[in-house]
Amino acid sequence: MFLLQANTTALFSVGELQLLAPELILTVCACAVLVMEVVLPYKRGKLTGYFSLIAVALAGASLFAQWYANSYLLPLTGFYGMVRIDGFAIIFKAIFLIAAALSIAVSLRYLDIEGEQRGEFYALVLFATVGMMMLACGYDLIALYISLELMALTFYVLVAFTKRERRSNEAGMKYFLLGAFSSGILLYGMSLLFGVAGSTNLGDIAHKINEVLNAPPMLEGAPTPLRPMLLLGMIALAAGLFFKIAAVPFHMWAPDAYEGAPTPVTAFLSTGSKAASFALYMRIFIEALGGMRADWAPQLGLVAAITILVGNWAAVTQTNAKRLLAYSSISNAGYLLLGLVAGNTYGYVGIILYLLVYTLMNVGAFGVIIALHRRGIVGDRVDDMTGLAQKAPGMAAMMAIFMLSLGGLPLTGGFIGKYFLFGGLLQRGATEQKNWYYWLAVWAILNTVVSFYYYLRFVYAMYFREQPADNRPLALSPALNTALVVACIGVVFIGIYPQPFIHAAQALIGALAASGVVALR
Amino acid sequence: MSQLITPVLALLLQAEQPTTRGGVIWQGIQHPDLSKFLVIAALLFIIGVAGVLTRRNIIVIFMSIELILNAANLNFIAFSRYLQDAGYPNAVAGQVFTVFIIVVAAAEAAIGLGIVIALYRNRETIFVDKIDLLKW
Repeated sequence: MFLLQANTTALFSVGELQLLAPELILTVCACAVLVMEVVLPYKRGKLTGYFSLIAVALAGASLFAQWYANSYLLPLTGFYGMVRIDGFAIIFKAIFLIAAALSIAVSLRYLDIEGEQRGEFYALVLFATVGMMMLACGYDLIALYISLELMALTFYVLVAFTKRERRSNEAGMKYFLLGAFSSGILLYGMSLLFGVAGSTNLGDIAHKINEVLNAPPMLEGAPTPLRPMLLLGMIALAAGLFFKIAAVPFHMWAPDAYEGAPTPVTAFLSTGSKAASFALYMRIFIEALGGMRADWAPQLGLVAAITILVGNWAAVTQTNAKRLLAYSSISNAGYLLLGLVAGNTYGYVGIILYLLVYTLMNVGAFGVIIALHRRGIVGDRVDDMTGLAQKAPGMAAMMAIFMLSLGGLPLTGGFIGKYFLFGGLLQRGATEQKNWYYWLAVWAILNTVVSFYYYLRFVYAMYFREQPADNRPLALSPALNTALVVACIGVVFIGIYPQPFIHAAQALIGALAASGVVALR
Repeated sequence: MSQLITPVLALLLQAEQPTTRGGVIWQGIQHPDLSKFLVIAALLFIIGVAGVLTRRNIIVIFMSIELILNAANLNFIAFSRYLQDAGYPNAVAGQVFTVFIIVVAAAEAAIGLGIVIALYRNRETIFVDKIDLLKW
């Protein structure tokens, strides 16, 4: 398969469309889902769900073909530099597709129980996936903004999807208000960045920033004139992105949105949306603002430290499982930020591996919560897990594995991800001869210990409490079971035999760390 | 506010500084330079943020968010014009960006008002401090 470079005479060449083949497939299929929703009778509504699973599989095949055609050390650009397909984009897109497939699989049964089995749901999930995938491969502020909004707008609708449910309305409202607010701040930062660089292309911005930072001062000791504007833009961008990944000063929306949203949406929101926001964060902060690392790394380290603290300690007192997992997801955002603070191959591999494992284990955990949800029973409190080991031993075992992996027990995938994240931090501390990197790693590890307390509460409820909460059978479906088993096998497999994943992540992400833009200062 | 910000920005952008107060105003009327637009955009941004943080009516919060978006729009257009004059041909992208932002803002308003209507049907309120089912 030949992937052509941008040519300068036409608007774009047909060959360039191949760069976006997975997104195009998903978009067409999402439109087809909308049509199917109208044509099919309500009773056949589930067919749209299975169709969207097929769509995700097709997009996955197309993505694999892209990866196979090019060994991925060489980035391909198209549409006048708007789109850049490199290893980074490929691996993130794979994570989004996995998250989408698992979320669709766990939602089939849930929507039946809620009486909201409508095709729009799957279409919206597919559109959100398209937005995420464009976020991973966009290389221009305009493209990134549009795809971010495509993802965010669909998520506002998805969170408020169960219209008759008051909590869903409320969650949607809160998520919308804070999401739109954060987009505004992000945009203001982008405008200042554009003002400094004179271009919206990330490569041009990086080039210009290095020029600004390395310009000789006009007066002795005076800062470079554009530097304050650059710093202001960087801070606004960081604030907007902290909202999106739910890092601490800006995390307030996450528990409410996660608790009130329909559970499959929570699963997708906490994995896909977070991974996509990290992709955006890495694109902007490593590729465009890489030269300013000395400015943003300490700020990011501080935010990560506070995020880890608040996320873990707030989760301890929660009784609602979805809310607890929301705080856990906040603390996980903190761990993932450590990879960016580290800013070396270890850290980036850690981010990729941890996001992959996190997707599997978090969708798995929410899948078990969905299995507890039956007509008339919400099933989203930690106490609802009571006696699950007697009622459904397999389900309980999988939940235990997901929880231990979220905590980061060795031999589970969560450990491998955390190992790389913390290891990257230590390595950076050694190369830069700065102590705060070590203290940050120690801080993160200490707080990980706290996290075991609340993760083990699930295990305690499932295995060591006598009375089952109720005796009604679980709401299982083949798709849900398959998704849970796949997620569980993935988590354990990555935990026991991580080498292929590490090598793949290194090969795909290595170019990012080695790219000339990343000035290691 | 602008008295505080203008000299700083003027210094940053190396605009020449008239000596008298009347001179500043007169020069501003004659040649509205980049810093004026940036100051107005910054004020819009601050008003928007203050509105989002202090208002309780959802519709007013929407309006404040639109102000933030318009602050970014104004920045983009002012920078685009200034940078094109300064010899950056690609800077026209700023104006294109603004068109995209306006389109996205329209979509955002549609979705936001849709959620407000769904909420109002169930709760009969549009005040954020009455929307308190989900806490802590």
